[in-house]
Formats: sequence, C-alpha cells, structure tokens
Amino acid sequence: MKKIIRYIGVMAALCAALIVLTSCGAKPLSEQNVLTNSEKSNTITWGVKADTKLFGLMDIKDNRIKGFEVDIAKALTKQVLGSKGQAKFVQVTSQTRIPLLANGNIDGIIATMTITPEREKQVDFTNSYFDAGQALLVKKGSPIHNVKDLNQKGKTVLGVVGSNSVENIGKYAPKARLLQLSDYAQALTALKSGQGDALTTDNGILYGMAAENPGYVVVGGTFTEEPYGIAVNQGQTEFRQSLNTALAKIEKSGEYNRILKKWFGNVPGFNYEEAKR
Amino acid sequence: MINIFQNYGADLLLGLGNTLLCSVIALFFSLIIGSMFAIFETTPIKALRIIARIYIEVFRNIPLLVITMFFYVVIPLMVAKIDGFTAGTIGLTIYTSAFIAETVRSGINSVESGQMEGARANGMTFWQAMRYIILPQAFRYVIPPLGNQFINLVKNSSVLAFVAGFDLMYQGNVIASNSLQTINTYMAVGVLYLVITMPLSYYMRHLEKKLA
Amino acid sequence: MLNDFINAYSLMNLRYLLAGLGITIFVSIISIIGSYIIGAILGIIRYVKIKYLSAVVGFVIDLIRNLPLLLIIFFIYFGLPSIGLKPSSIWATIIAMIVFESAMLAEIVRSGIQAVDWGQMEGARANGLTYTQALWHIILPQAMKKMIPAIVSQFISLIKDTSLATIIVLPDVMHNTQIVYGQNTNYIIPMFLMLAIMYFVVCYALSLVSRYLEKRMA
Repeated sequence: MKKIIRYIGVMAALCAALIVLTSCGAKPLSEQNVLTNSEKSNTITWGVKADTKLFGLMDIKDNRIKGFEVDIAKALTKQVLGSKGQAKFVQVTSQTRIPLLANGNIDGIIATMTITPEREKQVDFTNSYFDAGQALLVKKGSPIHNVKDLNQKGKTVLGVVGSNSVENIGKYAPKARLLQLSDYAQALTALKSGQGDALTTDNGILYGMAAENPGYVVVGGTFTEEPYGIAVNQGQTEFRQSLNTALAKIEKSGEYNRILKKWFGNVPGFNYEEAKR
Repeated sequence: MINIFQNYGADLLLGLGNTLLCSVIALFFSLIIGSMFAIFETTPIKALRIIARIYIEVFRNIPLLVITMFFYVVIPLMVAKIDGFTAGTIGLTIYTSAFIAETVRSGINSVESGQMEGARANGMTFWQAMRYIILPQAFRYVIPPLGNQFINLVKNSSVLAFVAGFDLMYQGNVIASNSLQTINTYMAVGVLYLVITMPLSYYMRHLEKKLA
Repeated sequence: MLNDFINAYSLMNLRYLLAGLGITIFVSIISIIGSYIIGAILGIIRYVKIKYLSAVVGFVIDLIRNLPLLLIIFFIYFGLPSIGLKPSSIWATIIAMIVFESAMLAEIVRSGIQAVDWGQMEGARANGLTYTQALWHIILPQAMKKMIPAIVSQFISLIKDTSLATIIVLPDVMHNTQIVYGQNTNYIIPMFLMLAIMYFVVCYALSLVSRYLEKRMA
C-alpha cells in the first residue's frame, strides 16, 4: 500500500512538472522582422527537401541540394536581396519543416508544401509557385489504375508523415490501409519492397521517381489540386509580400519558365506548355 | 498536453498497446534465443561456441535501426513481404537476444563451476546439468539485469516509428504533424512511456537491493 | 546482382558514405567526452547524498533514463528553440546524446562506487583521510576500474544510437546510405551490407579496446 501511494505521488509530481514545462514552452513566435534580418545578414535561409527528385535532391557528387525549388529559391533571394544575396539551404522533411519554421531555424519553407486552410492556421503562404495534383505511383502491370481501385479492404497505400496527400487519401480511399513513412526515399523503398500497393503524393514528385525507376509508372491522373506555396511565419507580412513581388517578377521575366523547363522539360508525362507561366 | 490526450487519446492508446505488445513478444523470443546462445557459449563443443560468439558480436555491434530497416526493406526484396510491426519486432528480438545472451552467460559463469562438475560426476549429461542445476540458479542472478533489458526493449521499440509500425512513437509523429503541437504531443508520448518504464525501473531497483 | 554491387560501391558513393561515417564519429566523440564528464559528476552527486540536490538529480536522471532516446532527440531539436537556442541537427544530436548518455552513465558510476567495499572507506577515514580525499584517492580509482566494461558498452550504444538522429536529418552514415539507395533502389542490398560493416568495424574496434583495458588493469 505504501509503495502504491509513493508511486502515485511520483506520477503526480511528474505530471505537475510536465505541465509547468509545457506552459513555459508555449512562447509566442519571435517578433522580429524576418525581412529586415535577412537584409542585414544578406542571407535568406530556406528549408528544402533533399530526397525529392526534380524539386530538391541531394547530389552525392558535391553534397549539394539541387532541384526546381532550390533554383526558384535562389532566384527569389536575388530579387529580394539584390544580386549579392545569399541563399542558404537547410534540409527538411515533411515532419520537421513546420516546427523548424516556427522555431526560426529557417526563414521560409519551399519544400513541396501545398497551400491548405488547415496549414494557413499555422503559417502564411505566398502565392502558388507550382501547381501540382495528387496522383499514384505503382509497379508496372499493377491492377491499380486509379484511386478508386485502392478503395478496398486489403490495399495498402504509402505516404509521408506530415504531407497533405496522406490526409486526402483518407477521403478518396477510406477503406485502404495507410502507412506513413518519414520521407520520400523511405516511402519509395517501401513501395519497392512491396510494403504497399501504391505510393501517393503529388504528381511532380512521382514523375521524378518514375523517371529514375523504369519499373514504376504514374497512374490515374490527378485527383486533387495541390498548389505549392512558400510558407513563412505568421505576421511576417513584409517578407511574404516581398516574396510575392519577387515571384511575379521572375514569372514575367521568363526566368521562372527557364527554371521550369530545365527541370521538367524532358519529364515524360509532364506537360510543360500547360504549366509554364 | 491535456488537450492532446483529449483529442487523440484513442490513437495514443492504440500506440501504447502496440508498443507493449511488440515489447512483450520481443522479450519472450529474445529470452529463448538469448538463453540458447548463452548455453552454446558455455558448451564444450567448439563449433557452437564460435557460432554463438559470432551471433552475439555481430548483433551487439550493429544499430537496432539498421537491423530493423534490413528486415523492412531487404528481406521483402529477397524472401517475403513482412509489415512494419513484424519487421520491428523481429529486429528488436534479434538485437535484444544478443544482449540477453551476454547477461545469461555471465549468470551461468557466476554459478560455481564445481556444481557442474559435481552434477556430471553424479552421472548427469551436460544438458541435464544445465537444465536442472545451473540454469535455475543462473536465472536468479540475472533477473535484475533482465528487467533492465525489458525497460530497454520498451524504449527501443520506438524504432518501429521508422517502419510505420503503429507504435506509440509513430502515433506521436502522426499526431504532432496533424495537430502541429509538436512539443505538447511528444510530452504526452513521454508520459505514456514513463507510465510503463518508471514503475518497472523502481521495482527492479527494489529487487536488486533485495537480492543483493 | 553482382553488377549492382560493383556499381553501388563506386568511389563516389563510398566517399559519400565515409563522409557520413565521419559525422557519426564526430558526433560520437564529442558526445562521449561530454557525457563522460557530466555523467561522472552526476553519478558522484547521487552517491554522496547532498540534501535535496541528490534527490532532485536522481529524479531527473530516472526520468531521462526511462524515456526513449528518440523522444529526447525530438525534445532537444524542436524544444530548445523555444528558449532561444537554434541548434543545427548536428549540435541537437550532440546535446540530446549528452543529456541521455550522461543519465545512463550516472547510474553506472553510482552503482560502481557502491560496489566498492564500504570497509575501504571506513579504513581510509580511520587513517585520517577526509571523506572527499577517501572518495577521490581510494574509492573512485577502484570503482572506475570496475566500471570500464559497462561504460565502454554504453559508449558503443551511443555510437549505434546516433543512427536514430536521421529522423531530424543528421547527415550521418545512416542518412547518407538512405540518400544513396533512395536514388537508385537497386543499391539497397549492397548499401545495407556496407552500412552494417561500417558500424560493426567501429563498434567492434571499441569493444576490443575495452577488453584490452580490462586485461591490463586486472
């Protein structure tokens, strides 16, 4: 009996300690102005993906991240800070990107992030810089042809923790079992190992995977609209506006199309003419 | 943190259940496998000793995550499909069994060697002596360290999060990215881990004192 | 199949893996030094029973010891910024490792000191040494000797556990392996083999050192 009381006491103390810690932890976002800070340091720190072909992928040769989003981020940095502006890149995953932004480790997220009402409660988005749609990647010859084929008991869909597509698939194929891996490299590996029938995420990402893995195809067309935006912390209105202006400028000058063509021009299944701005 | 429990209580409990389930299964099998290799190490047969040594050294010196990923990713390519929970439980079993083998071996060694000789002199075979004389005594020595291994198992089972094993940590990751309350979610997850591990570790300390 | 192995072990891929191994070793060495110092101090604080302080330290150590390391990594990486620190994934891992491993080591140190015969302390005190002198000159050296195997195996765990930090994108050997086989999934098997070999060589070498030390000190 004495032991039980002591145990309850310990647990109560523990819970009390944790609640105190939690309430300290919930500090408001930094009230600094990201734009002024960036201008001072002449650097913008971007969170980018490093496991996503075409958008942001680690190049093993020189240990640098390369892709459409990296090039867009560089172009935007030059527009905002002038031609000497430095773009710094921090590798993020769908799971780590919002905490890192909220913590101020990064100034903006340009990492295949769809603008959704849910996320707009946490972060602010710029205008869309790429219009994706959710699709499926399957093994060639798979009986899965579209998202309806997945909506059966016994089918398994693979996705990535923290991505928008895992929420959507719950609506379009509620009967399928959903496995969430920690990044796209893991998810693709799991698909190849037969851990799931299909991998679902945005078509742009899937095209990149299909290009590299000849045994796999993108099927069923897109069943959602996924406009990608750059996420900044709430309240950083000046920074967001300057990014929007910069985006409009590179769209007008043709730099956007040049970058789009560089990465997506030769991707089978991707319609460059439709996507250019 | 309270609101995480309110909104996602069922998900967290499911995770907690899976964490416990996989820890118990892994403990059961790693006890069997671990004791087997411990006995191999103490047999007079050289080949068995070498096999046991290799098994223990290899799996003690490779990260659990690598072993688990191996079962999740490589085995399906070569043999048959296994899901994340199974891959994680197998990985945990193999990893823990190498540590348990070491623990049980030192338990066997701490039983006086005269006892083995006496049993053999009384006409018992090596295996009989092991089964009836040595192991029962050895297990008394190793109960506290085995309890610590179980606590490690519960903590290490978080590796299931890497292979979508639906354990507590996996649920935590999913909830954290849905609710976007990262720290609060992980606090809730931490409390649930402590509910299992804290009483166990206090009980083990108590047991150690009693047996010492 | 054989071709996959030959292609996978290209100079470029191996160099990339070795760069990751370098990060693994760097993180491990800093964490080992840090947690050894802090762990020893905490262990002694727990042993000598300073009023309140030892109890509080003991409780915090128990809390940390009973949580999964992965959770500690998350707390450090996502939590530290709310008090104004913004560690990179490398430093976040190092801090998390030091927090977790020094709690584990403190427990080893405490039980190691306790295992030294109490009579020795009394003998030393009877011979005119102060408590601190006896602890420092008589008890600790013996306790340290007994602790070596446990401490080294804890360090081996530390090296292996750095692999968990791939989840916060630590560019270690595990992460780099995943990047390589993520780009060409034919490399999965060769890459896993190489990864296991690399960890094994590092950890096994350390356990050989421990065995050598044990023999020399015995």
